[in-house]
Amino acid sequence: MEILVASSIGVLTAGGVYLLLRLRTFPVILGLALLSYAVNVFLFASGGLAIDQSPILSKYGDATYTDPLPQALVLTAIVISFGMTAVLVMIGLGAYLEADSDRIDIAAQDIEDTDDTDQTEPEGRA
Amino acid sequence: MHWIILPVVLPALLAPLIGFVMRHDITLARVASVAGTVLLVAVAIGLAVMAADGTTHVYRLGNWPAPFGIVLVLDRLSALMVLLTAVLAMIVLIHAIATGWDARGRHFHALFQFQLMGICGAFLTGDVFNLFVFFEVLLIASYGLMIHSGGKERVRAGLQYVVMNLAGSTLFLFALGTLYASTGTLNIADLAVRIPQIPADEAALVRVAAMLLMIVFAVKAALFPVQFWLPATYANAPAPVAALFAIMTKVGAYAILRVHTVVFGPGVPGTEDLAGAWLFPAAIVTIAIGAFGVLGARRLMPLIAFSVVGSMGTLLVAVAAFSVPATTAALYYLVHSTFAAACLFLIADLVLSRRSSDTLRPQTPTVQNGLFAALFFAAAIAMAGMPPLSGFLGKLLVLDALRAPGIIGWAWTAILAGSLLTIVGFVRAGSTLFWKSTALVTSEPDAADKTPAEVDAAQAPATAMQVAPAMVGLAMLAGLAIFAGPVAAYLEDTSTQLFDRAGYVNAVLSPAEER
Repeated sequence: MEILVASSIGVLTAGGVYLLLRLRTFPVILGLALLSYAVNVFLFASGGLAIDQSPILSKYGDATYTDPLPQALVLTAIVISFGMTAVLVMIGLGAYLEADSDRIDIAAQDIEDTDDTDQTEPEGRA
Repeated sequence: MHWIILPVVLPALLAPLIGFVMRHDITLARVASVAGTVLLVAVAIGLAVMAADGTTHVYRLGNWPAPFGIVLVLDRLSALMVLLTAVLAMIVLIHAIATGWDARGRHFHALFQFQLMGICGAFLTGDVFNLFVFFEVLLIASYGLMIHSGGKERVRAGLQYVVMNLAGSTLFLFALGTLYASTGTLNIADLAVRIPQIPADEAALVRVAAMLLMIVFAVKAALFPVQFWLPATYANAPAPVAALFAIMTKVGAYAILRVHTVVFGPGVPGTEDLAGAWLFPAAIVTIAIGAFGVLGARRLMPLIAFSVVGSMGTLLVAVAAFSVPATTAALYYLVHSTFAAACLFLIADLVLSRRSSDTLRPQTPTVQNGLFAALFFAAAIAMAGMPPLSGFLGKLLVLDALRAPGIIGWAWTAILAGSLLTIVGFVRAGSTLFWKSTALVTSEPDAADKTPAEVDAAQAPATAMQVAPAMVGLAMLAGLAIFAGPVAAYLEDTSTQLFDRAGYVNAVLSPAEER
């Protein structure tokens, strides 16, 4: 199970970083969402993986339990990352509507020359 | 003894009230926001007096004992930072109201109060996960403030800022997960007990967590190589917001000071050499980037933003030494650079709102050219580190603290050469803006195609209320220079207390007194 969780965190992170480097609003939002999934699973695993255990201390000393604290941390992290993604979508949408371009890396002087932007558009899409 | 939580609770209660109840009445929102900030200043002064005797006050939320519940910790350093935040917020708020910035978009005051809640919380908390939560609170408010009043450039710069910080938050969570997996706690005092018990050869995971945390704080503190978001953000943010953001970079510096001193600090096998070794060269490069940025900037706002980068470099060079004298110098410079940067942004706002663009080229002089030139001159010599204002003393303290043989060459060269380049950059900007402008004939062609009303609005002289905040900020710098002796003595006590790890741990982890 460790190998499954570890590799899924790795794949999610790799996908997230790849999408983050695409420098267009939609892939970047998806990339950050994937990264936040990865970090949520990672936090969940940080207390150690235990199957079929309750997150409560048993009064019998030898009974095992799973660590409840990472679950609380993950809950907080999920709420925050979900809210942040919503904010990012709104700001990304606003930036797209204002500037008529979904690139997030254009320097200020490039925007002023609108002819230039039109020429580089197909190249950026490829 | 509930005073400690007031800097968090007061803005937290006020913000939704302003946002929901007073959103249609800007006057009511202004009154509530100013009243709240005045109260915050009063509470911060009270807390500073409370912490001045050197005891570490602990507030246990829900009265749960320390490693299990969340604690807020008030020592001299936290009290100092909260007081700095409150005073800066007061200055910025008056400026925003007097210049009408707060009415150019919605929810300025609600977001402003949420921002204060996040910043004060980050300074007071004694738990690293709680630190993450307060970081998110201050960030989400800053996203709103950053794109306040909109505009194409601003929203695009805001998007970059949000993406950068969301990536930073993810990294923060990875760091916390690693830290929890290797120690089983996230309370700062408890971490400070457990991490030294880990043998040096088994501390690999803890070292990874320490470095990840440092990268996260470096993003906030605009340290090389993750400083690139700052110039675009500060240059495109509304000027009063940029002035408030002067404290945001200091949140990162504070977090490095707190966590990498108390948790991973001196005397901890495995991690003690880590922070300083990486922080020092990065801070040196940051100074260089800031200085060259100031020299090369073609617009006024990016110029000031780069001078903020340079000042963060100077501050973190001193932090990187992780010793009591260097930390004292760093704290003095921290207070100074916060006010200096805020003053520059506020003065730039007064000038730029009367010019057609913020490009550094001669233009017909604005009204009150002499007054603005004098204010800009005073703030610029403070930022560049020339006498008689506190920038000179701050840099002198930093230089004096960095005399160890291995670092003196790099540190002195970087700080002195950086200061020289910054002075040249500011001189060029100031003479272009204020002197060369007076050589131009008053009837410029670009003034001709405007209606008389527009010209009048652009040329309205600044009222006393508009100039007062920048003046108060400059008075703070002068006060910091005049009372440098007592301030430095207090800051030395502050850093001595910061390096007294046992005192911090005992205060937090000792059982709660019976009531």
